[in-house]
Amino acid sequence: MLSYIIRRLLILPIILLGVSFLIFCLFSLLSPMERLATYVNNPSVLKNPQAAQNLIAKYHLDDPFPTGYFHWLKSLLRLDFGWSPTANQPVWDAIMQRLPATMELVLYSIIPVIIVGIWLGVISAVHHNDLADQVIRVTAIIGWSLPTFIFGLLVLFIFYGILGWLPPGRLSTWAQYIVYTGDSFNSYTHFITIDALLNGRFDIFWDALKHLIGPIITLSYISWAYLLRITRSSMLDTLRKDYIRTARAKGVDERTVIYLHARKNAMIPVITVAGMMIIGMLGGVVITETVFTYPGLGFWAASSAQQLDYGSVIGFALLFAFIMVIGNLVVDVSYALIDPRVRLE
Amino acid sequence: MNRVIRKLFSNTTSLIGLILLFIFVLIAIFAPHIAPPLFASDPYQIPRMSWDVRPQPPGFPMSDDIRLIYNSLGQPIVRETAIFGTAQGGYDIFYGLIWGTRTAFRIGIITVTISMIIGVVGGSIAAYFGGWIDELLMRITDIFLSIPFLVAAMVLTTILGRGLDKVMIALVAFGWMGYARVIRGSILCVKEEVFINAARALGVKDFNIIVRHLLPNTIFPVMVQASMNIGSMVITAAALSFLGVGAPLGYADWGQMVSFARNWIVGSPGNAGEYWYAVFFPAIFIVLFVLAWNLVGDTLRDILDPRLRGEL
Repeated sequence: MLSYIIRRLLILPIILLGVSFLIFCLFSLLSPMERLATYVNNPSVLKNPQAAQNLIAKYHLDDPFPTGYFHWLKSLLRLDFGWSPTANQPVWDAIMQRLPATMELVLYSIIPVIIVGIWLGVISAVHHNDLADQVIRVTAIIGWSLPTFIFGLLVLFIFYGILGWLPPGRLSTWAQYIVYTGDSFNSYTHFITIDALLNGRFDIFWDALKHLIGPIITLSYISWAYLLRITRSSMLDTLRKDYIRTARAKGVDERTVIYLHARKNAMIPVITVAGMMIIGMLGGVVITETVFTYPGLGFWAASSAQQLDYGSVIGFALLFAFIMVIGNLVVDVSYALIDPRVRLE
Repeated sequence: MNRVIRKLFSNTTSLIGLILLFIFVLIAIFAPHIAPPLFASDPYQIPRMSWDVRPQPPGFPMSDDIRLIYNSLGQPIVRETAIFGTAQGGYDIFYGLIWGTRTAFRIGIITVTISMIIGVVGGSIAAYFGGWIDELLMRITDIFLSIPFLVAAMVLTTILGRGLDKVMIALVAFGWMGYARVIRGSILCVKEEVFINAARALGVKDFNIIVRHLLPNTIFPVMVQASMNIGSMVITAAALSFLGVGAPLGYADWGQMVSFARNWIVGSPGNAGEYWYAVFFPAIFIVLFVLAWNLVGDTLRDILDPRLRGEL
């Protein structure tokens, strides 16, 4: 087991290097002048050709590809991601400031997905081709066919436009005033729901929760449709295995067969997929936050992209790629922990 | 093959999918007749029925100032009313949706075909030759998979600029990895079969072994995956337009129609659903199109999954 983890850890830097190289290739499609714009916080510098040339030389933007990559990588390791005109602050600071909001959204989205998806998937498989299976399957396909941005707009339309229950944003104005400017509110975790509870402000907790529900539903519905499909096919596969037939033949109670013998074994592929799906939610964050104007990383990245703020978009992509690589590693290792066959390969 | 087609038509869900697809194909083919363009030279540019920022309800007649422009240009006005209303900026929703069907087919089929070819070529080379070639190609695949698809496509379109061709380049650049993995897995299974060894012993060239013996036996799962991916490619392209980095402004594209509706999701006070048409019609088109592909793909997968065969 240990040797497997070590082997995986040894590949990690290679993958990270490869990803950074890929992103640098994308970045290099821009002219040196456009790339320079991601480093200066005062656009008027760019109008002076001499000053611009000096800066291009300083940041090694005109260097041959390999040395250019080397210097770019060095600046990344110093956490120098450039300047974000959209956020009007360095890219790294902008990321760090918005990360908690996104984390809060993603973490709250995972829990319902796992519970609902697996539960419905098992039901769907056990009643293969029954009415229940057909209903669940068709619902999942429809869910799968509803693009996030349309689903999100629908949620906003019904629950904000018509019912007025779930407002967009992260906090109401009165609550923003207390959280961000007041001295009475201490931010311990930057997760507003948790901070509000720690401060004993249930009104702010309720307000933050109301703003979170819409984005949570929007971010997670596509994942539960996906998880449901995987659970269903894995469960169908397991139910056809010889040992299930044996268990049934020797007269084991059907509930025991399904929930004890089959479900446990069917969960092995589901766990990998669940892990990857949670990572995949990162992509959905951009759309969800844009629809609900939820002030996290995704919303910022989308508005940066619209304003051609390349530095911010590249920084955002680097961060998400990094999270994804680490997440994949965690998934692989936990997979090996659960299923001993993986380690022996 | 006949069995597959018979199953597709006898299964209710896939039949619904096929009918929907057929309707969309008809819409795409007869677009010039269903919604005649006002300027024949540039039919993908959605005509504006007014300069009004606010959406206008279904049945809205062309405003006088627009009429004036067409008259002064000597252009005949082929359509006078916006059947589905107008989106933000006076864009005719009906026209955008009808011509957007062509855009959707173009995006879906072109991106899926090209990325499938790239994936199949890469995956089969990796699997057939093995060794360091396999290792290298698969690590490259891993690296491309390490950036979330939508984020990667967003970065590339931001850098390349707006435009449908750029959207398609971005979708292909980050959409081929799944095919490479699937074809590699199937070829690894088939590679050691006796008939491949026989072909090799007879001195058949590597290229011919891959193309004439390996691919015909392994391509089917890839085709199923491709049919299921057409919907998601169209969704991603629409999402890029929605985020404002996709099709250029005014281009007939479903995602753009939804993004026009974004600011009008909440109506005026006391009339919350005032602009329902701005989001409803584009949403219906996108959802039904993707649903059709998914229904067909889902049934295809159930039919072709050998583990489930004989039980359907």
